[in-house]
Amino acid sequence: MTPAISIKDLYKTYDNGFEALKGISLDVAEGDFFALLGANGAGKSTTIGVLSTLVRKTAGSVQVFGKNVDSNSYETKLDLGVVPQEVNFNHFEKVFDIVVTQGGYYGLPVKLAKERAEKYLVQLGLWDKHDQQARNLSGGMKRRLLIARALVHEPRLLLLDEPTAGVDIELRRSTWEFLQEINRAGTTIILTTHYLEEAETLCRNIAMIDNGEIIENTSMKSLLRKLHQENFLFDLREEINTAPTLNGFSCQLVDPAILEVSVDSHQDLNDVFKELQALNIQVKSMRNKSNRLEQLFISLLNKPGQET
Amino acid sequence: MHSLPLNYKVTAFKTLVWKEIRRFLRIWVQTLVPPVITISLYFVIFGNLIGRRIGEMNGYSYMEFIVPGLIMMAVINNSYANVVSSFFSQKYQRSIEELLVSPMPNYVILSGFVIGGVTRGLAVGAVATIMSLFFSGLHMHNIFITILVVLMSSIVFSLGGFINAIFANKFDDITIIPTFVLTPLIYLGGVFYSVDLLPDFWRLISQLNPIFYMVNAFRYGILGVSDVNVVFAFLMLVLFTVTLFFFALFLLRRGKGLRH
Repeated sequence: MTPAISIKDLYKTYDNGFEALKGISLDVAEGDFFALLGANGAGKSTTIGVLSTLVRKTAGSVQVFGKNVDSNSYETKLDLGVVPQEVNFNHFEKVFDIVVTQGGYYGLPVKLAKERAEKYLVQLGLWDKHDQQARNLSGGMKRRLLIARALVHEPRLLLLDEPTAGVDIELRRSTWEFLQEINRAGTTIILTTHYLEEAETLCRNIAMIDNGEIIENTSMKSLLRKLHQENFLFDLREEINTAPTLNGFSCQLVDPAILEVSVDSHQDLNDVFKELQALNIQVKSMRNKSNRLEQLFISLLNKPGQET
Repeated sequence: MHSLPLNYKVTAFKTLVWKEIRRFLRIWVQTLVPPVITISLYFVIFGNLIGRRIGEMNGYSYMEFIVPGLIMMAVINNSYANVVSSFFSQKYQRSIEELLVSPMPNYVILSGFVIGGVTRGLAVGAVATIMSLFFSGLHMHNIFITILVVLMSSIVFSLGGFINAIFANKFDDITIIPTFVLTPLIYLGGVFYSVDLLPDFWRLISQLNPIFYMVNAFRYGILGVSDVNVVFAFLMLVLFTVTLFFFALFLLRRGKGLRH
Protein backbone atom coordinates (compact mmCIF):
# COMPACT_ATOMS: atom_id res chain seq x y z
CA MET A 1 0.00 0.00 0.00
CA THR A 2 1.26 3.51 -0.78
CA PRO A 3 2.22 5.26 2.44
CA ALA A 4 0.27 8.36 3.45
CA ILE A 5 3.56 10.20 3.70
CA SER A 6 7.04 9.23 2.71
CA ILE A 7 9.88 11.52 3.74
CA LYS A 8 13.41 10.85 2.51
CA ASP A 9 16.58 12.59 3.73
CA LEU A 10 14.77 15.79 4.65
CA TYR A 11 16.96 18.71 5.60
CA LYS A 12 15.93 22.18 6.67
CA THR A 13 18.29 25.00 7.51
CA TYR A 14 16.63 28.33 8.30
CA ASP A 15 17.98 31.65 7.04
CA ASN A 16 19.61 32.30 10.42
CA GLY A 17 21.67 29.13 9.98
CA PHE A 18 19.69 27.00 12.42
CA GLU A 19 19.60 23.37 11.26
CA ALA A 20 16.09 22.26 12.20
CA LEU A 21 16.11 18.95 10.30
CA LYS A 22 19.24 16.92 9.65
CA GLY A 23 18.24 14.33 7.09
CA ILE A 24 15.15 12.68 8.55
CA SER A 25 13.43 9.79 6.76
CA LEU A 26 9.97 8.64 7.74
CA ASP A 27 7.07 6.62 6.33
CA VAL A 28 3.55 6.80 7.74
CA ALA A 29 1.05 4.18 6.57
CA GLU A 30 -2.39 5.11 5.32
CA GLY A 31 -4.94 4.91 8.15
CA ASP A 32 -2.30 5.21 10.85
CA PHE A 33 -2.51 7.35 13.97
CA PHE A 34 1.08 8.46 14.18
CA ALA A 35 2.87 10.51 16.82
CA LEU A 36 5.85 12.72 16.21
CA LEU A 37 7.26 13.24 19.63
CA GLY A 38 9.95 15.61 20.79
CA ALA A 39 10.91 18.48 23.01
CA ASN A 40 10.36 22.11 22.00
CA GLY A 41 12.62 23.01 19.08
CA ALA A 42 13.33 19.35 18.22
CA GLY A 43 12.02 19.71 14.64
CA LYS A 44 8.40 18.51 14.91
CA SER A 45 6.73 21.69 13.70
CA THR A 46 9.31 22.14 10.96
CA THR A 47 8.42 18.67 9.65
CA ILE A 48 4.72 19.54 9.70
CA GLY A 49 5.57 22.89 8.08
CA VAL A 50 7.37 21.19 5.20
CA LEU A 51 4.43 18.82 4.66
CA SER A 52 1.99 21.73 4.60
CA THR A 53 4.34 23.82 2.35
CA LEU A 54 4.59 26.64 4.90
CA VAL A 55 8.25 25.75 5.37
CA ARG A 56 10.54 25.32 2.39
CA LYS A 57 12.80 22.30 2.63
CA THR A 58 16.52 22.68 2.04
CA ALA A 59 16.93 19.17 0.61
CA GLY A 60 15.19 15.81 0.45
CA SER A 61 11.92 14.53 -0.94
CA VAL A 62 8.41 14.49 0.49
CA GLN A 63 5.55 12.44 -0.94
CA VAL A 64 1.93 12.52 0.14
CA PHE A 65 -0.05 9.44 -0.93
CA GLY A 66 2.63 8.71 -3.50
CA LYS A 67 2.66 12.20 -5.02
CA ASN A 68 5.63 14.50 -4.76
CA VAL A 69 4.70 17.76 -3.00
CA ASP A 70 6.96 19.76 -5.31
CA SER A 71 5.53 18.61 -8.61
CA ASN A 72 1.94 17.92 -7.49
CA SER A 73 1.43 20.64 -4.90
CA TYR A 74 -2.24 21.29 -5.74
CA GLU A 75 -3.18 17.61 -5.51
CA THR A 76 -1.22 16.94 -2.35
CA LYS A 77 -2.70 20.00 -0.68
CA LEU A 78 -6.21 18.70 -1.39
CA ASP A 79 -5.30 15.56 0.58
CA LEU A 80 -4.00 17.52 3.59
CA GLY A 81 -5.77 19.17 6.50
CA VAL A 82 -3.53 21.25 8.75
CA VAL A 83 -4.13 22.17 12.38
CA PRO A 84 -1.34 24.59 13.32
CA GLN A 85 0.23 24.97 16.72
CA GLU A 86 -0.87 28.57 17.07
CA VAL A 87 -4.35 29.95 16.49
CA ASN A 88 -4.24 31.54 13.05
CA PHE A 89 -7.71 32.64 12.08
CA ASN A 90 -9.15 36.14 11.95
CA HIS A 91 -10.56 36.67 15.43
CA PHE A 92 -13.12 39.16 14.16
CA GLU A 93 -14.74 36.71 11.76
CA LYS A 94 -17.66 34.55 12.75
CA VAL A 95 -16.95 30.92 13.61
CA PHE A 96 -19.20 29.61 10.83
CA ASP A 97 -17.69 31.96 8.22
CA ILE A 98 -14.15 30.83 9.08
CA VAL A 99 -14.97 27.21 8.32
CA VAL A 100 -17.13 27.91 5.25
CA THR A 101 -14.49 30.23 3.76
CA GLN A 102 -11.81 27.58 4.18
CA GLY A 103 -14.09 25.15 2.34
CA GLY A 104 -14.32 27.67 -0.49
CA TYR A 105 -10.52 27.88 -0.71
CA TYR A 106 -10.57 24.13 -1.36
CA GLY A 107 -13.15 24.53 -4.11
CA LEU A 108 -16.23 23.41 -2.18
CA PRO A 109 -19.46 24.98 -3.47
CA VAL A 110 -21.09 27.24 -0.86
CA LYS A 111 -23.95 24.83 -0.11
CA LEU A 112 -21.61 21.90 0.52
CA ALA A 113 -19.16 24.06 2.50
CA LYS A 114 -22.02 25.17 4.77
CA GLU A 115 -23.22 21.60 5.28
CA ARG A 116 -19.72 20.42 6.15
CA ALA A 117 -19.11 23.41 8.44
CA GLU A 118 -22.30 22.62 10.36
CA LYS A 119 -21.40 18.91 10.54
CA TYR A 120 -17.96 19.46 12.04
CA LEU A 121 -18.94 22.36 14.30
CA VAL A 122 -21.70 20.13 15.73
CA GLN A 123 -19.32 17.20 16.18
CA LEU A 124 -16.77 19.40 17.92
CA GLY A 125 -19.36 20.99 20.19
CA LEU A 126 -19.10 24.47 18.68
CA TRP A 127 -22.42 24.79 16.88
CA ASP A 128 -24.01 26.96 19.55
CA LYS A 129 -21.15 29.44 18.97
CA HIS A 130 -21.29 29.36 15.17
CA ASP A 131 -22.71 32.88 14.85
CA GLN A 132 -20.22 34.46 17.25
CA GLN A 133 -16.94 36.15 16.47
CA ALA A 134 -14.04 33.76 17.00
CA ARG A 135 -12.45 36.07 19.58
CA ASN A 136 -15.29 35.19 21.97
CA LEU A 137 -14.30 31.52 22.11
CA SER A 138 -12.28 30.04 24.96
CA GLY A 139 -8.75 28.77 24.26
CA GLY A 140 -9.90 25.16 24.01
CA MET A 141 -12.75 26.08 21.70
CA LYS A 142 -10.38 27.98 19.42
CA ARG A 143 -8.25 24.86 19.06
CA ARG A 144 -11.35 22.84 18.18
CA LEU A 145 -12.30 25.45 15.62
CA LEU A 146 -8.89 24.91 14.01
CA ILE A 147 -9.73 21.20 13.76
CA ALA A 148 -13.17 21.88 12.23
CA ARG A 149 -11.56 24.24 9.71
CA ALA A 150 -8.94 21.65 8.76
CA LEU A 151 -11.59 18.97 8.20
CA VAL A 152 -14.05 20.95 6.09
CA HIS A 153 -12.66 19.56 2.82
CA GLU A 154 -12.48 16.07 4.37
CA PRO A 155 -8.77 15.44 3.79
CA ARG A 156 -7.30 11.94 3.74
CA LEU A 157 -4.46 13.06 6.02
CA LEU A 158 -4.81 15.33 9.03
CA LEU A 159 -1.69 17.03 10.44
CA LEU A 160 -2.10 18.17 14.03
CA ASP A 161 0.63 20.29 15.54
CA GLU A 162 0.19 20.21 19.31
CA PRO A 163 -3.62 20.06 19.06
CA THR A 164 -4.36 20.12 22.77
CA ALA A 165 -1.67 22.49 24.03
CA GLY A 166 -3.18 24.56 26.82
CA VAL A 167 -6.54 22.76 26.65
CA ASP A 168 -8.19 21.67 29.90
CA ILE A 169 -8.46 17.97 30.70
CA GLU A 170 -12.15 17.58 29.86
CA LEU A 171 -11.85 19.23 26.45
CA ARG A 172 -8.63 17.33 25.79
CA ARG A 173 -10.32 14.00 26.45
CA SER A 174 -13.29 14.82 24.19
CA THR A 175 -10.91 16.02 21.47
CA TRP A 176 -9.04 12.72 21.74
CA GLU A 177 -12.31 10.80 21.36
CA PHE A 178 -13.21 12.84 18.29
CA LEU A 179 -9.81 12.24 16.70
CA GLN A 180 -10.02 8.50 17.39
CA GLU A 181 -13.44 8.49 15.74
CA ILE A 182 -12.29 10.15 12.52
CA ASN A 183 -9.21 7.92 12.46
CA ARG A 184 -11.45 4.85 12.69
CA ALA A 185 -13.45 6.30 9.79
CA GLY A 186 -10.28 6.22 7.67
CA THR A 187 -8.46 9.53 8.11
CA THR A 188 -4.73 9.16 8.60
CA ILE A 189 -3.57 11.34 11.48
CA ILE A 190 -0.10 12.62 12.26
CA LEU A 191 0.15 14.35 15.57
CA THR A 192 3.00 16.24 17.13
CA THR A 193 2.92 16.56 20.84
CA HIS A 194 5.02 16.85 23.89
CA TYR A 195 2.20 15.44 26.03
CA LEU A 196 3.52 11.93 26.22
CA GLU A 197 0.26 10.62 27.63
CA GLU A 198 -1.50 11.93 24.52
CA ALA A 199 0.81 9.97 22.22
CA GLU A 200 0.48 6.84 24.36
CA THR A 201 -3.32 7.04 24.45
CA LEU A 202 -3.94 7.83 20.79
CA CYS A 203 -1.15 6.63 18.56
CA ARG A 204 -0.28 3.23 17.15
CA ASN A 205 3.10 4.25 15.80
CA ILE A 206 5.59 6.79 16.93
CA ALA A 207 8.73 8.60 15.90
CA MET A 208 10.84 10.45 18.40
CA ILE A 209 12.72 13.43 17.11
CA ASP A 210 15.53 15.20 18.85
CA ASN A 211 17.79 17.94 17.61
CA GLY A 212 16.54 17.49 14.03
CA GLU A 213 17.10 13.73 13.91
CA ILE A 214 14.82 10.73 14.33
CA ILE A 215 16.07 8.82 17.34
CA GLU A 216 13.33 6.17 17.40
CA ASN A 217 10.68 5.09 14.88
CA THR A 218 8.58 2.11 15.82
CA SER A 219 5.16 0.95 17.01
CA MET A 220 3.93 2.21 20.35
CA LYS A 221 3.64 -1.37 21.63
CA SER A 222 7.21 -2.33 20.81
CA LEU A 223 8.45 0.96 22.17
CA LEU A 224 6.73 0.40 25.49
CA ARG A 225 8.05 -3.16 25.58
CA LYS A 226 11.49 -1.63 25.69
CA LEU A 227 10.75 -0.30 29.10
CA HIS A 228 12.92 -2.24 31.49
CA GLN A 229 11.30 -0.76 34.50
CA GLU A 230 7.79 0.35 35.34
CA ASN A 231 6.65 2.39 38.30
CA PHE A 232 3.50 1.63 40.30
CA LEU A 233 1.72 3.75 42.86
CA PHE A 234 0.20 1.94 45.86
CA ASP A 235 -2.50 3.77 47.83
CA LEU A 236 -2.03 2.66 51.45
CA ARG A 237 -4.87 2.03 53.86
CA GLU A 238 -2.88 3.60 56.73
CA GLU A 239 -0.28 6.34 56.53
CA ILE A 240 3.38 5.53 57.21
CA ASN A 241 6.25 7.85 58.07
CA THR A 242 9.18 6.31 56.21
CA ALA A 243 9.51 4.22 53.09
CA PRO A 244 9.77 0.52 53.93
CA THR A 245 12.64 -1.67 52.78
CA LEU A 246 11.30 -4.12 50.20
CA ASN A 247 13.60 -6.97 49.31
CA GLY A 248 14.67 -6.60 45.63
CA PHE A 249 12.58 -3.48 44.94
CA SER A 250 13.33 0.19 45.24
CA CYS A 251 10.57 2.33 46.61
CA GLN A 252 9.83 5.81 47.91
CA LEU A 253 7.02 7.59 49.65
CA VAL A 254 5.21 10.08 47.42
CA ASP A 255 3.24 11.13 50.49
CA PRO A 256 2.43 9.30 53.75
CA ALA A 257 -0.40 7.36 52.05
CA ILE A 258 1.17 6.70 48.60
CA LEU A 259 4.10 4.41 48.00
CA GLU A 260 5.89 4.36 44.62
CA VAL A 261 7.57 1.06 43.76
CA SER A 262 9.82 0.37 40.74
CA VAL A 263 9.37 -3.08 39.21
CA ASP A 264 11.91 -4.40 36.69
CA SER A 265 10.68 -6.39 33.69
CA HIS A 266 11.96 -9.69 35.15
CA GLN A 267 10.23 -9.13 38.50
CA ASP A 268 6.65 -10.01 39.53
CA LEU A 269 4.13 -7.73 41.15
CA ASN A 270 3.09 -10.64 43.42
CA ASP A 271 6.45 -10.36 45.13
CA VAL A 272 5.80 -6.70 45.93
CA PHE A 273 2.52 -7.65 47.59
CA LYS A 274 4.24 -10.44 49.55
CA GLU A 275 6.85 -7.98 50.81
CA LEU A 276 4.23 -5.45 51.82
CA GLN A 277 2.12 -8.15 53.49
CA ALA A 278 5.12 -9.24 55.51
CA LEU A 279 5.54 -5.68 56.77
CA ASN A 280 1.80 -5.50 57.53
CA ILE A 281 1.28 -2.66 55.08
CA GLN A 282 -2.26 -2.83 53.66
CA VAL A 283 -2.83 -1.68 50.06
CA LYS A 284 -6.16 -0.06 49.23
CA SER A 285 -5.60 0.29 45.48
CA MET A 286 -2.84 0.38 42.88
CA ARG A 287 -2.18 2.16 39.56
CA ASN A 288 0.46 2.68 36.94
CA LYS A 289 2.43 5.83 37.12
CA SER A 290 1.36 7.42 33.84
CA ASN A 291 4.74 8.65 32.63
CA ARG A 292 6.04 5.38 31.20
CA LEU A 293 6.69 6.97 27.85
CA GLU A 294 8.30 9.94 29.49
CA GLN A 295 10.82 7.69 31.19
CA LEU A 296 11.59 6.04 27.90
CA PHE A 297 11.90 9.35 26.09
CA ILE A 298 14.33 10.66 28.66
CA SER A 299 16.34 7.44 28.56
CA LEU A 300 16.55 7.70 24.75
CA LEU A 301 17.67 11.30 24.94
CA ASN A 302 20.34 10.34 27.44
CA LYS A 303 21.87 7.52 25.40
CA PRO A 304 25.64 7.64 25.71
CA GLY A 305 27.26 9.73 23.01
CA GLN A 306 24.06 11.61 22.24
CA GLU A 307 23.77 15.33 22.75
CA THR A 308 20.83 16.34 24.87
CA MET B 1 2.79 20.13 -13.07
CA HIS B 2 -0.85 19.20 -12.60
CA SER B 3 -3.47 21.86 -12.25
CA LEU B 4 -6.68 22.19 -10.32
CA PRO B 5 -9.96 21.90 -12.24
CA LEU B 6 -11.25 25.29 -13.38
CA ASN B 7 -14.39 25.13 -11.25
CA TYR B 8 -12.21 24.71 -8.11
CA LYS B 9 -10.26 27.82 -9.00
CA VAL B 10 -13.41 29.83 -9.77
CA THR B 11 -14.99 28.82 -6.44
CA ALA B 12 -11.80 29.63 -4.53
CA PHE B 13 -11.49 32.99 -6.31
CA LYS B 14 -15.10 33.93 -5.58
CA THR B 15 -14.65 32.90 -1.94
CA LEU B 16 -11.60 35.14 -1.51
CA VAL B 17 -13.18 38.11 -3.31
CA TRP B 18 -16.35 37.83 -1.25
CA LYS B 19 -14.29 37.58 1.93
CA GLU B 20 -12.41 40.75 1.00
CA ILE B 21 -15.62 42.62 0.21
CA ARG B 22 -17.22 41.36 3.43
CA ARG B 23 -14.18 42.67 5.33
CA PHE B 24 -14.41 46.27 4.13
CA LEU B 25 -18.20 46.29 4.42
CA ARG B 26 -17.97 44.99 8.01
CA ILE B 27 -15.74 47.92 8.97
CA TRP B 28 -17.50 50.48 6.74
CA VAL B 29 -17.02 53.23 9.31
CA GLN B 30 -13.26 52.90 8.83
CA THR B 31 -13.24 52.10 5.11
CA LEU B 32 -16.10 53.91 3.38
CA VAL B 33 -17.07 56.91 5.50
CA PRO B 34 -13.68 58.72 5.91
CA PRO B 35 -12.95 59.03 2.17
CA VAL B 36 -16.43 60.40 1.55
CA ILE B 37 -15.91 63.07 4.21
CA THR B 38 -12.45 63.95 2.89
CA ILE B 39 -13.68 64.27 -0.70
CA SER B 40 -16.62 66.42 0.44
CA LEU B 41 -14.19 68.80 2.16
CA TYR B 42 -12.07 69.01 -0.98
CA PHE B 43 -15.16 69.85 -3.05
CA VAL B 44 -16.32 72.50 -0.60
CA ILE B 45 -12.97 74.14 0.17
CA PHE B 46 -10.86 73.78 -2.97
CA GLY B 47 -13.62 73.52 -5.55
CA ASN B 48 -16.25 75.85 -4.24
CA LEU B 49 -14.65 78.43 -1.92
CA ILE B 50 -11.13 78.81 -3.35
CA GLY B 51 -12.04 77.65 -6.85
CA ARG B 52 -14.36 80.60 -7.44
CA ARG B 53 -11.36 82.96 -7.11
CA ILE B 54 -9.11 80.86 -9.37
CA GLY B 55 -11.27 81.05 -12.46
CA GLU B 56 -10.93 78.73 -15.45
CA MET B 57 -8.34 76.02 -16.02
CA ASN B 58 -7.91 74.36 -19.43
CA GLY B 59 -11.25 75.89 -20.48
CA TYR B 60 -13.28 74.56 -17.52
CA SER B 61 -14.24 76.04 -14.16
CA TYR B 62 -11.78 75.07 -11.42
CA MET B 63 -14.42 72.85 -9.79
CA GLU B 64 -15.03 70.98 -13.04
CA PHE B 65 -11.28 70.69 -13.55
CA ILE B 66 -10.51 69.08 -10.17
CA VAL B 67 -13.49 66.68 -10.03
CA PRO B 68 -11.82 63.94 -12.17
CA GLY B 69 -8.60 64.26 -10.16
CA LEU B 70 -10.41 64.02 -6.84
CA ILE B 71 -12.37 60.95 -7.97
CA MET B 72 -9.13 59.34 -9.15
CA MET B 73 -7.45 60.23 -5.85
CA ALA B 74 -10.24 58.46 -3.95
CA VAL B 75 -9.97 55.38 -6.17
CA ILE B 76 -6.17 55.18 -5.88
CA ASN B 77 -6.05 55.70 -2.11
CA ASN B 78 -8.79 53.22 -1.34
CA SER B 79 -7.60 50.49 -3.71
CA TYR B 80 -4.14 50.70 -2.17
CA ALA B 81 -5.35 50.97 1.42
CA ASN B 82 -7.69 48.01 1.10
CA VAL B 83 -5.11 45.53 -0.13
CA VAL B 84 -2.19 46.70 2.00
CA SER B 85 -4.30 46.66 5.13
CA SER B 86 -6.11 43.38 4.47
CA PHE B 87 -3.09 41.39 3.31
CA PHE B 88 -0.78 42.69 6.04
CA SER B 89 -3.38 42.03 8.76
CA GLN B 90 -3.74 38.46 7.53
CA LYS B 91 0.02 38.09 7.42
CA TYR B 92 0.40 39.61 10.89
CA GLN B 93 -2.18 37.34 12.54
CA ARG B 94 -1.06 34.44 10.32
CA SER B 95 -4.54 33.80 8.92
CA ILE B 96 -2.82 34.10 5.52
CA GLU B 97 -1.77 30.50 6.19
CA GLU B 98 -5.40 29.53 5.49
CA LEU B 99 -4.68 30.48 1.88
CA LEU B 100 -1.10 29.23 1.74
CA VAL B 101 -1.94 25.66 2.80
CA SER B 102 -4.89 25.52 0.38
CA PRO B 103 -4.46 24.38 -3.22
CA MET B 104 -5.25 27.86 -4.59
CA PRO B 105 -2.71 28.88 -7.24
CA ASN B 106 -0.74 32.05 -6.48
CA TYR B 107 -2.29 34.00 -9.34
CA VAL B 108 -5.77 33.28 -7.96
CA ILE B 109 -4.71 34.51 -4.50
CA LEU B 110 -3.21 37.68 -6.01
CA SER B 111 -6.23 38.28 -8.25
CA GLY B 112 -8.61 37.82 -5.32
CA PHE B 113 -6.89 40.51 -3.25
CA VAL B 114 -6.64 42.84 -6.25
CA ILE B 115 -10.33 42.52 -7.10
CA GLY B 116 -11.14 43.19 -3.45
CA GLY B 117 -9.11 46.40 -3.66
CA VAL B 118 -10.64 47.38 -6.99
CA THR B 119 -14.14 46.85 -5.60
CA ARG B 120 -13.50 49.18 -2.66
CA GLY B 121 -11.71 51.70 -4.89
CA LEU B 122 -14.57 51.79 -7.38
CA ALA B 123 -17.22 51.87 -4.63
CA VAL B 124 -15.62 54.96 -3.07
CA GLY B 125 -15.03 56.42 -6.55
CA ALA B 126 -18.71 55.97 -7.36
CA VAL B 127 -19.76 57.74 -4.15
CA ALA B 128 -17.28 60.57 -4.90
CA THR B 129 -18.77 60.88 -8.40
CA ILE B 130 -22.30 61.11 -7.02
CA MET B 131 -21.18 63.75 -4.52
CA SER B 132 -19.50 65.78 -7.24
CA LEU B 133 -22.92 66.18 -8.86
CA PHE B 134 -23.91 68.44 -5.96
CA PHE B 135 -21.11 70.84 -6.92
CA SER B 136 -20.73 70.47 -10.67
CA GLY B 137 -22.45 69.06 -13.76
CA LEU B 138 -21.34 65.61 -14.98
CA HIS B 139 -19.39 65.73 -18.23
CA MET B 140 -18.61 62.52 -20.05
CA HIS B 141 -16.33 62.95 -23.06
CA ASN B 142 -15.57 59.23 -23.55
CA ILE B 143 -17.10 56.71 -21.16
CA PHE B 144 -14.98 53.82 -22.49
CA ILE B 145 -11.69 55.62 -21.72
CA THR B 146 -13.04 56.80 -18.38
CA ILE B 147 -13.96 53.29 -17.19
CA LEU B 148 -10.83 51.67 -18.63
CA VAL B 149 -8.49 54.19 -16.99
CA VAL B 150 -10.17 54.10 -13.60
CA LEU B 151 -10.21 50.32 -13.64
CA MET B 152 -6.56 49.99 -14.61
CA SER B 153 -5.44 52.64 -12.13
CA SER B 154 -7.31 50.80 -9.40
CA ILE B 155 -5.61 47.52 -10.38
CA VAL B 156 -2.16 49.18 -10.41
CA PHE B 157 -2.58 50.56 -6.89
CA SER B 158 -4.14 47.38 -5.56
CA LEU B 159 -1.02 45.59 -6.80
CA GLY B 160 1.10 48.31 -5.19
CA GLY B 161 -0.67 47.73 -1.88
CA PHE B 162 -0.10 44.00 -2.18
CA ILE B 163 3.64 44.43 -2.76
CA ASN B 164 3.89 46.89 0.13
CA ALA B 165 2.18 44.34 2.41
CA ILE B 166 4.50 41.54 1.29
CA PHE B 167 7.57 43.57 2.28
CA ALA B 168 6.05 45.02 5.46
CA ASN B 169 7.15 43.52 8.76
CA LYS B 170 5.29 45.85 11.10
CA PHE B 171 2.30 48.17 10.95
CA ASP B 172 4.58 51.22 10.51
CA ASP B 173 5.73 49.74 7.22
CA ILE B 174 2.26 49.92 5.72
CA THR B 175 1.84 53.62 6.53
CA ILE B 176 5.27 54.81 5.34
CA ILE B 177 4.60 54.32 1.61
CA PRO B 178 1.13 55.96 1.58
CA THR B 179 2.38 58.90 3.66
CA PHE B 180 5.78 59.56 2.12
CA VAL B 181 5.30 58.30 -1.43
CA LEU B 182 1.67 57.97 -2.44
CA THR B 183 0.31 61.24 -1.06
CA PRO B 184 3.08 63.45 -2.55
CA LEU B 185 2.72 61.69 -5.92
CA ILE B 186 -1.05 62.27 -5.89
CA TYR B 187 -0.74 65.95 -4.93
CA LEU B 188 2.00 66.51 -7.51
CA GLY B 189 0.21 64.42 -10.14
CA GLY B 190 -1.97 67.21 -11.51
CA VAL B 191 -5.06 66.65 -9.38
CA PHE B 192 -5.32 70.33 -8.44
CA TYR B 193 -3.56 72.07 -11.32
CA SER B 194 -2.54 71.84 -14.96
CA VAL B 195 1.19 71.21 -15.48
CA ASP B 196 1.14 74.09 -17.93
CA LEU B 197 1.32 76.30 -14.83
CA LEU B 198 4.65 74.77 -13.79
CA PRO B 199 8.16 75.91 -14.85
CA ASP B 200 9.75 73.66 -17.52
CA PHE B 201 11.91 71.75 -15.05
CA TRP B 202 9.02 70.77 -12.77
CA ARG B 203 6.85 69.98 -15.78
CA LEU B 204 9.52 67.48 -16.83
CA ILE B 205 9.74 66.02 -13.33
CA SER B 206 5.93 65.61 -13.27
CA GLN B 207 6.19 63.33 -16.27
CA LEU B 208 8.07 60.80 -14.13
CA ASN B 209 5.06 60.52 -11.85
CA PRO B 210 2.79 57.58 -12.81
CA ILE B 211 -0.23 59.23 -11.18
CA PHE B 212 0.17 62.17 -13.52
CA TYR B 213 -0.75 59.88 -16.45
CA MET B 214 -3.68 58.32 -14.65
CA VAL B 215 -5.20 61.64 -13.60
CA ASN B 216 -4.80 63.15 -17.04
CA ALA B 217 -6.11 60.12 -18.93
CA PHE B 218 -9.12 60.03 -16.59
CA ARG B 219 -9.64 63.77 -16.99
CA TYR B 220 -9.55 63.26 -20.74
CA GLY B 221 -12.27 60.61 -20.49
CA ILE B 222 -14.50 62.99 -18.54
CA LEU B 223 -13.66 66.47 -19.86
CA GLY B 224 -11.78 65.76 -23.09
CA VAL B 225 -8.70 67.75 -21.94
CA SER B 226 -5.35 66.33 -20.89
CA ASP B 227 -1.77 67.47 -20.28
CA VAL B 228 -0.43 64.29 -21.91
CA ASN B 229 -1.07 62.14 -24.95
CA VAL B 230 -3.85 59.75 -23.89
CA VAL B 231 -2.50 56.79 -25.88
CA PHE B 232 0.89 57.22 -24.21
CA ALA B 233 -0.82 57.45 -20.80
CA PHE B 234 -2.75 54.27 -21.54
CA LEU B 235 0.43 52.43 -22.56
CA MET B 236 2.10 53.53 -19.32
CA LEU B 237 -0.87 52.11 -17.39
CA VAL B 238 -0.57 48.78 -19.22
CA LEU B 239 3.17 48.72 -18.47
CA PHE B 240 2.63 49.42 -14.75
CA THR B 241 -0.12 46.80 -14.50
CA VAL B 242 1.84 44.02 -16.17
CA THR B 243 5.11 44.80 -14.34
CA LEU B 244 3.54 45.00 -10.91
CA PHE B 245 1.38 41.91 -11.47
CA PHE B 246 4.32 39.71 -12.37
CA PHE B 247 6.52 41.19 -9.64
CA ALA B 248 3.82 40.49 -7.03
CA LEU B 249 3.39 36.97 -8.42
CA PHE B 250 7.15 36.43 -8.25
CA LEU B 251 7.18 37.49 -4.58
CA LEU B 252 4.23 35.26 -3.77
CA ARG B 253 5.82 32.30 -5.55
CA ARG B 254 9.06 32.80 -3.61
CA GLY B 255 7.05 33.05 -0.41
CA LYS B 256 8.71 36.35 0.49
CA GLY B 257 7.79 37.04 4.12
CA LEU B 258 5.24 34.24 4.02
CA ARG B 259 6.99 30.88 3.88
CA HIS B 260 10.11 30.17 5.90
